[in-house]
Amino acid sequence: MNANALSPSPAADGVRRLPGDLAIWVFILAEMAAFAVFFAAYAFARAGNVELFDAAQETLDRGAGLANTLLLVTGGWFAAKAVHAARRDRIAAAGRALWLALACGAGFLAVKAMEYADKFAAGVSLSTNTFYLFYFSLTFFHFLHVVLGMAILAILLVRLRGGAYGSHGVLGLETGTAYWHMVDLLWIVLFPLVYVMR
Amino acid sequence: MKHPDDERATRAWLLLTAGTLATWGLGAAGLAGPWLAAAVLTIAVAKGRLLVLDFMELRGAPRVWRVVLEGWLLLVGALVLIAYAIGLK
Repeated sequence: MNANALSPSPAADGVRRLPGDLAIWVFILAEMAAFAVFFAAYAFARAGNVELFDAAQETLDRGAGLANTLLLVTGGWFAAKAVHAARRDRIAAAGRALWLALACGAGFLAVKAMEYADKFAAGVSLSTNTFYLFYFSLTFFHFLHVVLGMAILAILLVRLRGGAYGSHGVLGLETGTAYWHMVDLLWIVLFPLVYVMR
Repeated sequence: MKHPDDERATRAWLLLTAGTLATWGLGAAGLAGPWLAAAVLTIAVAKGRLLVLDFMELRGAPRVWRVVLEGWLLLVGALVLIAYAIGLK
C-alpha cells in the first residue's frame, strides 16, 4: 500500500526535494523581495509620522482584516489538501479542495472591496495622507496578487479535471499552489503591520 | 484514515487560526506600544514559519530554501521592529 510512491511529498522517501517547479520559486523570491521593501517603506514612513499613522489606522475595520486573514489561511489549508489528495489519486477530493480555496479567495476579494467602498464613501482616498497612500497601494497590490492566485487555482482545477495530476505526478499542482501560499504569507505580515501594530 | 501530510497541514491551519485570533484580540483589546509590536510580530513570524513548512512543504525541501524563506520572515520582522523603535524616540 504505497499509492504515493510515484509522487511523494517532499522528503517522504528521505530525499529532500523542492515542491513544484524551480522557476516559480525564483518568481516567489522576487515578489517577496518587492513586498519586503514595501513593508519596510511603510514601517519607516510610520516612524516619521507616528501620530498620523496611529490616528488613521483607527479608521480601519480590524474585523474585516481578521475575516480576511482567516479566509486566506483557510484557503491555504484547502490548497495544501488538494495537493495531498491528488498525490493519492483522490481527484474528486482534490477538486473540491481547489473549489473551496477559490471560494476563500472570492470571500477575501469581497471583504476587501467592501472595505474600499466604505473608505471611498467616507471621502478617503490614496491622496488623503501618507497612511492611506500606503494602505491603498499596499493592500491593492496584494489584492491583485490574490486575483492572479485565483486565476492560477482555476487553471489547476481545469487541468486536474483533464487528468493532469495524480499519483503519476503533481508538479504543476505544487507549482501553482506555491504561489497561492505566497499570497497568504504576505498577508500574514501585512495584517499585523497595517491593522494592529501601533 | 488521515495521511501524515494532511495531519501536519491541519495542525498548521489550527495554529494559524489561533495566531490570527490572538493578533486580532491584542488589537481589539486597545493595546499599543512596543510590547504589542513585539508580540504581534513574533506571532506573524511563527505563523509564516508554519505556512512555509507545512503548506508550502519546505520542511522536506533542500535546507537552503527553508533558510531563505524563514530568513525573509526574520528580516522583515527585524526591519519593522527597528522602524518601530525609531518611531518611539
